[in-house]
Amino acid sequence: MSFSVTEPSHGQKWFAGILVVGYALITLLPLLWIVATGFKSGPDSIAYPPKIAFEPTVEGYVNLFTTQTRLSNEAKAEPVDDLPWYEQLVRERGNTIVGTSRYSERFFNSIIIGFGSTFFAIVLGTAAAYAFSRFKVPLKDDLLFFILSTRMMPPIAVAIPIFLMFRNLGLSDTHAGMILLYTAVNLSLSVWLINGFIDEIPIEYEEAALIDGYTRFQAFYKVVLPQAATGIASTAIFCLIFAWNEYAFAVLLTSGTAQTAPPFIPTIIGVGGQDWPAVAAGATIFLVPVMVFTILLRKHLLRGITFGAVRK
Amino acid sequence: MAEIVLENVTKRFGDEVALDNVSLTIPDGSFVVLLGPTGAGKTTTLRMISGLDEPDSGDVFIDGHSILGQTPAQRNVAMVFQQYSLYPHLTVRQNLEFPLKSPLLQTPQAEINEKVKAVSEVLQIAHKLDNKATALSGGEMQRVSIGRALVRSPNIYLMDEPLSSLDAKLRADLRIELKRIQANSGQTLLYVTHDQIEAMTMATHIGVLDNGKLVQFGSPREVYENPVSIYSASRLGQPRINILPADLFEGDCPKHAKSIGLRPEQINQGKGEDAYVTRVEHLGDQTRLHLKFKEHDLITVTDAHTPLQYGEVVKIQPKEPFFFDEDGARIV
Repeated sequence: MSFSVTEPSHGQKWFAGILVVGYALITLLPLLWIVATGFKSGPDSIAYPPKIAFEPTVEGYVNLFTTQTRLSNEAKAEPVDDLPWYEQLVRERGNTIVGTSRYSERFFNSIIIGFGSTFFAIVLGTAAAYAFSRFKVPLKDDLLFFILSTRMMPPIAVAIPIFLMFRNLGLSDTHAGMILLYTAVNLSLSVWLINGFIDEIPIEYEEAALIDGYTRFQAFYKVVLPQAATGIASTAIFCLIFAWNEYAFAVLLTSGTAQTAPPFIPTIIGVGGQDWPAVAAGATIFLVPVMVFTILLRKHLLRGITFGAVRK
Repeated sequence: MAEIVLENVTKRFGDEVALDNVSLTIPDGSFVVLLGPTGAGKTTTLRMISGLDEPDSGDVFIDGHSILGQTPAQRNVAMVFQQYSLYPHLTVRQNLEFPLKSPLLQTPQAEINEKVKAVSEVLQIAHKLDNKATALSGGEMQRVSIGRALVRSPNIYLMDEPLSSLDAKLRADLRIELKRIQANSGQTLLYVTHDQIEAMTMATHIGVLDNGKLVQFGSPREVYENPVSIYSASRLGQPRINILPADLFEGDCPKHAKSIGLRPEQINQGKGEDAYVTRVEHLGDQTRLHLKFKEHDLITVTDAHTPLQYGEVVKIQPKEPFFFDEDGARIV
């Protein structure tokens, strides 16, 4: 659907194109840099001037997923046959793989905590938003403002009380604790955003469904939810991006079992010198889930507003 | 199929009284039309019966059982909304199937297909069944909305100006179809409209609502020929009834009469006092005559091929007129 009455002129199209390409370059270049660094060798990654053309290697990725130790000179001289490719790669630098790193574990924690908190933020947020939108809630405006006010300071401002609270409740360094925390932070966002989307859906649809023989919940499920899907999907992306990228609380509250990827990635650099390719590889893999999630929901985001069949 | 009774129903929205102590019996199998301007309480009456709103006081019965507190689904009523309210994420077919697939009805698919087919043909939307509900014109949406009610056999059909967005031809077609469907099935139907032709042609009973009060209830003829007030008399009749000071014409005038009400057929032409033609409207099958009579304007109907022209004189005389008192209530 076109929004302008007249077709843009040739010059306007060029101007718009240049703007978009310029913006894309600014946002994409750092990303390309990280992805490229992940495939560079150690010396290439710190070469100056930076190498645009380089020989790609997966060394960084191997380093990311393994822990290594230096081979003694005797062991180096010893010929070994049938080594897997990654061991050969490591041996070229005089190292040997002694085990897997904790990256995949941290990555998996991020998945559980990120998607878990998004799920709860969306489910609870949708329920609350529906209630705010459709029922007579006493002190509705005050409650909504109160919910929003939890966002008015940076979450880290309450870090110390939360740290103490979590310690006393035994929630420190647990998946449940982190899911609870991120859900709490995201809820205000999801309630407000989804409330806006549900307000846009005329109540007549539900009334029609009630008359058509459905219960209130069925009407919500069959009529409201499909129409709010666009808004809920975009809210879910916002929630996931926050929970996925959150660093400060993750550093503060997790260390062993429930540590997510963001606090872990910087620690990769410490193993055997400055291993930028491994860091870049960790960051690249870390990007993938949010990207996939966004692309999967893109259909809903782009579907746009459904022009209602309700006469205004 | 059922008899619906409203008993002393009052409903307020904030300070506004939408329905004021309304008692109304909708006989089983009747076609009741509610007349009244916007804000008279027509739609509110429908919502009281459907269960979308509960009365503040009073009671509503279906076949003698009070239905207060029941959900709309439990009441088993079908409603055509003024705003159509088609589900925008569904196709026309899915919209029509929606009530049949509800937990209330759970119709087998074969029967659903049959009913959807029959209804879509009656409403002339069969060719649009696989369109999205949003990809329809206003008139088509309105027909789908009627169809969504007609696929069911509820206790009562509630229709809120269901033909308002249709073009004249379709409106005439559907008026006849709706009446035929209702008469054949013996269903009870409560219908809200502004259109007096719809009211006169379809209704078995007409209810006139004024500011939340039911002021008259009876057959279309009764309401037309025997209105209880100026308000009631103005609801029906095209052109509208002329209301003039009671003593304007020569002849008897009952005591306390404040105004005289003259429908076109209550004005005898050719006898009586002089009136001047101010305007002649040829409508084809009839001609409307705008007259000036003793500084008062009135409108009547005359022969379709009248030679009368602006400024000419017509003699007029009331014939069995209505008289109303100060409050607009009918005296004679």
